[in-house]
Amino acid sequence: MGEPRQLVIALAGNPNVGKSTIFNALTGMHQHTGNWPGKTVSGARGRYRYKGREHLLVDLPGTYSLSPSSAEEEVARDFICFGKPDAVLCVADATCLSRNLHLTLQALEVTGNVVLCVNLLDEAEKKKIRIDLKRLSQLLGIPVIGTSARSGEGLEELKGAVMQTALAKRKPPCSFSYPKEIERSVETLLPLLPTGITGPDPRFLARKLLDRERGMAEKLKESCGVSLSDPLLQSLDAERERLQGIGFDAITLRDSMVQVLVDKAEEIGRQVVGTEYDPHTGIDRKIDRIVTSRRFGIPLMLLLLGCILWLTIVGANYPSAWLSTLFGYGQEALAALFAKLPLPAWVGSLICGGVYRTVTWVVSVMLPPMLIFFPLFTLLEDFGYLPRIAFNLDKYFCKAAACGKQALTICMGLGCNAVGVSGCRIIDSPRERLIAILTNAMVPCNGRFPTVIAIITMFFTASLPLVGSVTQALLLTLVIVAGVLMTLGCSKLLSKTILKGVPSAFTLELPPYRKPQIGRVIVRSVLDRALFVLGRAVTAAAPAGVLIWCMANLSVGTESLLTICGNALEPFGALLGVDGYIILAFLLGFPANEIVIPVLLMAYLQTGQLTDYSGLPALHELLVANGWTMLTAVNVLILCLFHFPCATTCLTIRKETGSLKWTAIAFLLPTVIGILLCLTTTGISHMFL
Amino acid sequence: MPALVPLHSLAVGQSAVVKRLTCAGVMRRRLMDLGLINGTRIESVQRSPSGAMAAYQIRGAVLAIRDQDAKDILIAADHNEAVCPTTE
Repeated sequence: MGEPRQLVIALAGNPNVGKSTIFNALTGMHQHTGNWPGKTVSGARGRYRYKGREHLLVDLPGTYSLSPSSAEEEVARDFICFGKPDAVLCVADATCLSRNLHLTLQALEVTGNVVLCVNLLDEAEKKKIRIDLKRLSQLLGIPVIGTSARSGEGLEELKGAVMQTALAKRKPPCSFSYPKEIERSVETLLPLLPTGITGPDPRFLARKLLDRERGMAEKLKESCGVSLSDPLLQSLDAERERLQGIGFDAITLRDSMVQVLVDKAEEIGRQVVGTEYDPHTGIDRKIDRIVTSRRFGIPLMLLLLGCILWLTIVGANYPSAWLSTLFGYGQEALAALFAKLPLPAWVGSLICGGVYRTVTWVVSVMLPPMLIFFPLFTLLEDFGYLPRIAFNLDKYFCKAAACGKQALTICMGLGCNAVGVSGCRIIDSPRERLIAILTNAMVPCNGRFPTVIAIITMFFTASLPLVGSVTQALLLTLVIVAGVLMTLGCSKLLSKTILKGVPSAFTLELPPYRKPQIGRVIVRSVLDRALFVLGRAVTAAAPAGVLIWCMANLSVGTESLLTICGNALEPFGALLGVDGYIILAFLLGFPANEIVIPVLLMAYLQTGQLTDYSGLPALHELLVANGWTMLTAVNVLILCLFHFPCATTCLTIRKETGSLKWTAIAFLLPTVIGILLCLTTTGISHMFL
Repeated sequence: MPALVPLHSLAVGQSAVVKRLTCAGVMRRRLMDLGLINGTRIESVQRSPSGAMAAYQIRGAVLAIRDQDAKDILIAADHNEAVCPTTE
C-alpha cells in the first residue's frame, strides 16, 4: 500500500491579510529569501504533514477578486478554477471582514470545498471588533476558523478543518441569486457549454463567458483542451445583445454581477461583526497624520532613511574590520597549509590568492552592512510604512506618467533588482509596469550598496568621528535620492518617448500599522541576508576568483591577460575619468555586482602581495597608490549606481517582458546614463583643475 | 436628491455615499472589487503631502486614490450621518 495522495490546498486572500504568515506558520518554511512587499508573485509551494497526510500548500498572489484585472490576479484565478485544488483556504482580515468576504464568496462560486480563516483576530480585538465565527460558518456553510497567525493561535484547528474539507467529497458550489435576466441567459448557455470541463462550476463559467472575462476562453482551451463551439459563441452574442436591449450593457452587466456579491458580503458582515471601533481616534490615523502630512511627510522619510544609513555605516565599520583581520590570518594559515601539501605551487596560489581572497572580500565588505540595513528596513516594512512612502511620493510618479506603486518596486530593488523587477507585477498597467522594470536597476541593490558604502567611507571621511559618519550617511542618502530622482527622470523620459501614455488609474491600499515582531523580524532578516550574501559569495565570487586569478597569472608574451585587457580598456576608462581596470571590473561584475571591488583589488595587486590586510584603510592606500583621486571615486560611484543590471536581473527582465528588445533597453539605459554622467564630471573637472 | 460631486472634493474628515462610477474597464472592476459600489459610505481621511492624492476609509480599509481618478467617483452628502467637524 502506497502513501495516500497528497492533498493540494490553494491559499488565497486579499493583499495584506497575513497570508504569507499563515503559509510560513503552516509549512514551517520561509517562502522567500527576503521580505519585500508584493513578494508572493508566483505561487510559492510548501509542504506540511498533518495526521500522517501530506499537504501541498500553494500560496497564491494576494488578490481582491477572481475576475482578474492584473497578471497576478490571473494566476490566482487560474489556480482556483483550473488547478484542481482539493480545498481552497481563504484568508480574511478580521479588521475589515466584509470586504474580504467578497473573495471568499467568489471562491465559493467555483467550489464548495472552501475553508475560511479569519486572521488577525488579535488586531481586531485591539480595535474592539468582535466577530461571531460560529454564525459566519452557518451563513457560509463552510468551516470558519479564527486565527492570530503571528502568535500561532488557531493554527492546529485550521489544519484540521483544511484536511477535513479536502478529504470531504466534492461539495457543490454556492449559487447566489443574480438578476433574473442574467440567470435566464445562464440557463440558455448551460447546455451549449463544452463537455469535459474539469474545475469550475458550469454556471460560474457561463457568467464569466457572458462577461467576456479576461483570459477565460484561452485558459479553458489551455487547461481542459476545449474550445468554445460556434453555437455557443453565437448564443453568447445573442444573449449579450438581448441583455443590452433590456438595459444590461457590458458595464451594467458586470456591475450588477459584482454588486450581488458585494451586497451579500456586506449583509453577512453586518450579521457577524460587532464593533465599537471609532476609526477617528484610531492610532493609525494619528500616525498617518504625521508621517504623511504635508509638512513632515517627506522630510521625515528622508530623516528615517538617513538614520538607517547612519546606523549601517557606523555599525558595519567594526565587524568589517574584524572580519578582514580574521580572514587575513586565515589566508596566512591557508597559505602555510598549502606550502606543506605535496601540490604544485599554483594550486595554492589559485586557492589562496584567487578563490579565498575574493570570497572573503565579498563576505567581509558585503555582509556587515547588509546585516544592519536590512533588518532595520524590514522592521519599517513590517510596521506598514512602505505604502506610506508610495503615498508620499505619488505626485512625482504621476508627473512622470508612472504608477505610484513604482515606489514599492524601488524599495524591493534595494534588496535585489531581480526581485524588484518581478515585483513590478503589482503594477496593473502594462506600460507603467514596463517603465518600472526598465528603471529598477537605478537604485543600488544588495550587491552594489556595500561598494557604495565602502567608497564613501574611504574617500569622504572627516577627521572628527561623529561628523565623519554623519557626512557619510548624508552622502549615502544623497546617492539613493539621486538614484530615485534618476528613476523618476527616466520614467518621464520613457513616458514621453518610447512608452508614450498618460498615467492610468490605480488604488493603493494603506494597511493598518502593525507592531513589528521585532525579535522575529531581526532574526529572520539577519539569517536571510547572511544566507543571501554567503550564497552569492560561493556561487558568484568563487568562480570569479578563479577566472580573475587565471587572467592575472596566464601571460601572453610578457604581460598577463589581466594587464592586456586593462590596457586595452585604458583609453575608454581615461575618457570616463577612471582607469581600464575599473571598466574591466564592472564588465567582469556582470554575473554579480558583488565582485567588482574584489576584481579591482586583484587587478591592482597582481604584481605584489598585499601584506597588510586590515580592511578599508589598506584598500584606500592601495587605490590611491593606483592613481585614484576624488574624481575617480565620484565616477566609480556614478558607474556603480548607473550601469547595466547584473545577469540575474537581465534574465528576470527577459522573463518578465518576454522581449529581447526591452531587455536590451533595460541594459543600455542605465549604462548610457552612467557614461554620460562620467563624461560630464570628467569634463568639468578637467576644465577647472 | 442631493447634487452629485466628485470624490476628491470631499474634505478630510467628512464622509459621503458613493452614487455612481463614471470610469470603465479595469479601474471600475478594481473599485467594485474593493467594495466601492453604489451606496457605499466613504470618508476622506488624509491628503498626501503633495496633495494630488487622498486616502479614503471604505469598508474598514484605507485606500489611496489619485484625484484624477477620484473625479470618476461621484458622491452625495451623507445625511444619515452628522458631519464630523474637520480637525485640521
